[in-house]
Amino acid sequence: MTEKKHTEQKPVIEISDLKISFGKTAVLKGLTLNLYDGENLVVLGKSGSGKSVLIKCIVQLLEADSGSIKVLGQEMNGIKKENLEQLRMKIGFLFQSGALYDSMTVQENLEFPLKRIRKELNRNQIEDKVKEVLTAVGLPDTASKMPSELSGGMKKRIGLARTIIIDPLIMLYDEPTTGLDPITSDEISQLMNSIKKTYKTSSIIITHDIECVKAVADRIIMIDEGVLYKEGTLKEFEASKDPFIKSYFK
Amino acid sequence: MKEFFYDFGSAFLFILHTFREAFSFKFEFREFFKQSYQIGIKSFALISITGLIMGLVLTIQSRPVLMQFGAETMLPAMVATSLIREMGPVITALICAGKIGSGMGAELGSMKVTEQIDAMEISSINPMRYLIVTRVFAAILMIPILVLYADALGIFGCWLGINMKGDINFVLFFSQAFGSLEFMDFLPAVVKTFFFGAVIGFVGCYKGFHAGRGTESVGIAANSAVVLASLLVIVVDVIAVQITDMLL
Repeated sequence: MTEKKHTEQKPVIEISDLKISFGKTAVLKGLTLNLYDGENLVVLGKSGSGKSVLIKCIVQLLEADSGSIKVLGQEMNGIKKENLEQLRMKIGFLFQSGALYDSMTVQENLEFPLKRIRKELNRNQIEDKVKEVLTAVGLPDTASKMPSELSGGMKKRIGLARTIIIDPLIMLYDEPTTGLDPITSDEISQLMNSIKKTYKTSSIIITHDIECVKAVADRIIMIDEGVLYKEGTLKEFEASKDPFIKSYFK
Repeated sequence: MKEFFYDFGSAFLFILHTFREAFSFKFEFREFFKQSYQIGIKSFALISITGLIMGLVLTIQSRPVLMQFGAETMLPAMVATSLIREMGPVITALICAGKIGSGMGAELGSMKVTEQIDAMEISSINPMRYLIVTRVFAAILMIPILVLYADALGIFGCWLGINMKGDINFVLFFSQAFGSLEFMDFLPAVVKTFFFGAVIGFVGCYKGFHAGRGTESVGIAANSAVVLASLLVIVVDVIAVQITDMLL
């Protein structure tokens, strides 16, 4: 995507001058970025640079010290609880570990948010929706399994299924391929592209995995020392002569 | 000292938050029944053994002393009174603090570490309402039932203990045991068990819900839940005994 195209597009997430610290450690020191409609934005940076903190601030799992976060035009800082719940229903969040509920089967894991968010659906519609998302993530026969019976890659896929079952407009991925073998990582990356296409989502992807970056990125930003270090396309990053950036793309 | 006051304030807000969610007219009945089953039915075996042994041991230990005073016939009444007023509620609550408090601390702590609680929150599901309210109220309901069950088995254990060295029929035993009991022996003992349930539920949930981020935190949460819940059961018991003493 080009800058020219961005000026014509409306951002779905607008972050400006975001600051957050834990005790005396400042993690984000004035970060500004936008996520535009229909794009995959990859966030790169060293461990501890505040990438996961950034997406947790977006969904208000963490509260920023200052700055502004607007999601779908709505300011998140100081948002009312009811409005936050409504907004969160439009956001899918894939945790690094998948965060499946241990005490529930895969079917129950998927039904759990759906029953509470889409109260108008009847029993059959819920079951159809569960089958649809399980097929979408390539695991149609796992409904009766417990999370402990699944491999790491399968957990990530079920985690993905649980996020897309509520038809989100925005997806936030927290290191989706970390800890997976290269083949499974590639499958997850393809799945993320497929979700973008099928469900017309806009996504922020936190990752260290350069193969994943190459597979999914429309645009990349790099964070260092709590501020935006560089923003650009994959080609621009690959062509960069900056030693810090080259260390990622060598 | 600063940390103590911070913890105290945080626990107080946690309790207020739990009650606010409990009366929000969106009670999670299914999860509440599931937790009641976990806390109550799954503790029956442990409580059965504890209750039976409590009555049996108390009888065997008390008999020689009462015999010295020629008051052996007082044995059923003495054991029943001590079981119902004190031993039954306190020992059952301490056993439950170990089993249920640690279970809640470990389960919620593990959910916290693996980001399941965050996942719930992001799915617009209120974790306080779904996880905490249901567990606390299940404990408040089930601990008194477990205590009454332990009392009954303790009295049965007493009958077995007496019959090991003597012979007393069941009807006579029960008329002796309950003949000396009054309603006011029974009422304060039952009322305090609701508070024991609340203490165990709140402490287990608070420690688990506020566990740190590492796996080590799960063990710490479970351990501190048992220690604090057991301590608070004793403290609540002392207060309950003082209040009962003043009122009677």
